Amino acid sequence: MTAPRTLFAKLWEAHVVTSAGDKDLLWVDRHFVHEGSHHAFAKLADRGLPVAEPGLTFGVADHYVPTRHRDRPIADPDIARMVRTLEENAATHGFSLFGLHDSRQGIVHVAGPEAGLTLPGCLVVCGDSHTSTHGAFGALGFGIGATEVAHVLATQTVWQKRPKAMRLTIDGPLAPGVGAKDMALAWIAKLGADGARGHAVEYAGSAVRGLSMAGRMTLCNLSIEGGARMGLVAPDATTFDWLAGRASAPRGADWDAAMAWWADLATDAGAAYDREVTLDAAEIAPVVTWGTSPEDAAPITATVPDPAKEADPARAEKIRAALDYMGLVPGRPLEGTPVDRIFIGSCTNARLEDLRAAASVLKGREARVPGTISPGSSAVKRQAEEEGLDAIFRAAGLDWVESGCSMCVGMNGDHVNPGERCASTTNRNFRGRQGPGARTHLMSPVMAAAAAVTGTLTDARPFLKERAA
Amino acid sequence: MTGWRRHEGLAVALPVEGIDTDQLIPARFMSRPRSAGYGGYLLHDMRRDAEGHPVPAFPLERPETAGASILVTRRNFGGGSSREAAVYALIDAGFRAVVAPSFGDIFAGNAVNNGLLPAQVSAEDAERLLAALAAGPLGAEVDIDAGAVTLGGLACPFALSEAQREKLVNGWDDIDVTRRHEEAIAAHRAALAAARPWLWPGATRDQGAR
Ligand code: SF4
Repeated sequence: MTAPRTLFAKLWEAHVVTSAGDKDLLWVDRHFVHEGSHHAFAKLADRGLPVAEPGLTFGVADHYVPTRHRDRPIADPDIARMVRTLEENAATHGFSLFGLHDSRQGIVHVAGPEAGLTLPGCLVVCGDSHTSTHGAFGALGFGIGATEVAHVLATQTVWQKRPKAMRLTIDGPLAPGVGAKDMALAWIAKLGADGARGHAVEYAGSAVRGLSMAGRMTLCNLSIEGGARMGLVAPDATTFDWLAGRASAPRGADWDAAMAWWADLATDAGAAYDREVTLDAAEIAPVVTWGTSPEDAAPITATVPDPAKEADPARAEKIRAALDYMGLVPGRPLEGTPVDRIFIGSCTNARLEDLRAAASVLKGREARVPGTISPGSSAVKRQAEEEGLDAIFRAAGLDWVESGCSMCVGMNGDHVNPGERCASTTNRNFRGRQGPGARTHLMSPVMAAAAAVTGTLTDARPFLKERAA
Repeated sequence: MTGWRRHEGLAVALPVEGIDTDQLIPARFMSRPRSAGYGGYLLHDMRRDAEGHPVPAFPLERPETAGASILVTRRNFGGGSSREAAVYALIDAGFRAVVAPSFGDIFAGNAVNNGLLPAQVSAEDAERLLAALAAGPLGAEVDIDAGAVTLGGLACPFALSEAQREKLVNGWDDIDVTRRHEEAIAAHRAALAAARPWLWPGATRDQGAR
């Protein structure tokens, strides 16, 4: 009998090619590249190497692509060059590309799973730290740097130090209006932005099991914001139902063979974790961030923290600097803080379910501030339009644009102006992330929608209650 | 890339914690080809005011820090995204080593791949080094073999794995190292293609089973 193993240990050990020192050489099943991967392709060209596994390499145009006027040529020459370079690299090396005008185009962590490329048991890498998203399928998903991207292109493998295994159990019922984003920000606020550093976090517990695939992807997406190398959820019926029939998912006898393996992808009874953390789902409220790190998060019902009340001087200094940047006054309620715009988008919260949730708040209401809604993928955009969600957003006065990373990272020209406060469904509230001087408050789609309606940071729950009544 | 074991240079203090990759290089510069040099983008938005003028009080803008090659800073340096351009910006600005109590994991890996030493010292030592540099930059020495950074009469040990050490001193990146394992990779692939051919999706399935 073999010793009981965690899900993480099973996945990791299945991918080890060899080991050296404190690192393992891991086989990569899915390698996603995007326009920003140009540095890595240049490195490969320098050495005159081919792509080792074009069949396991997938290109997606998302990070820099324009979200408006897709019918016209790209205006910015730098961006036009990068998109073209990606197309040329796909053609030269023979890997498939979800290009700018492809129906499968979207943000890599939305479009990849949607195509059925991300499967339980796979090891998924991409030159984007939110590759942790793919862990929602019971896969190992983690971000890599450009040198590592070049390495994966050249060898289909990646060197990694094995992280420790941590289990984060969230049990109990979630309150209405509270979702995966709130779960994620709540644990990051509790443990800190480096709280799970060096760990692979397996999310468990009834609140996690009860999440849809979209919710699980949101939760895993934010793992990296708590310092974790990756996040994962054991695959179950929710996972398999979601995957069945997707374009690149296995079919027929292949599906059965895959299921035989996937059924074993759970932590064995008695397996030990390096670290265990538990949270009570009932205690999680809708969360917003007030500072410049995702750990600077608090329930919407809380007040802006007061650095004067902080015992640790370094921490007090950090709070003071964050509040100074954010233009917030200690002790004031978070709720009611005026915002200048909202953004609903990104690989964190722009899936169909997120847009439906936002629409449930916005339906029949008008936004007091401008805002942009960029669906997670072109397929999400089409589905949302079929359901009439776009009409709800437009009627509310918000911009409904094409899919891409957009205002998550501000590289395509979509940005928040200096000093402006943005209620955003993205994953990072770092200084300047959404544009120089931008003040970002992270929150869930319903919270961003409620902020649009009132023009302030707002508890979305009353809006949802009215709707339920 | 050429390897190195010892480096003597000017050390400068940046007594801020949590300098993330978005601060190290704002995303808007990353579309530029590296050949133009990324040094000018390092910490771009921290060193300049809203009008784009340099902030004279910022440590790296002071004339006496010109040519600094060792950066001493606080915890969680390089957290955030996988953008390797954060490392390029440091290297192109002339830095060879960053000394801090903790680093973002991806950042540290990227740093080593590009010959930049992420020297992890204890939090206490970081504060002692910062205190020594409080009045201004000082000459310092970083010794990879000895695993220590020496400055202003202080000698602080730093942590570095054997693999990281090997890469830095030889100037190897990962591709060089992996080439020694080609057979193991081919064997792994063959076993996988036999056991789980469906892992090669769709149209490329035939290649997968080759
Ligand atoms: S939406 Fe943001 S976090 Fe997600 S892949 Fe794009 S840039 Fe990265």
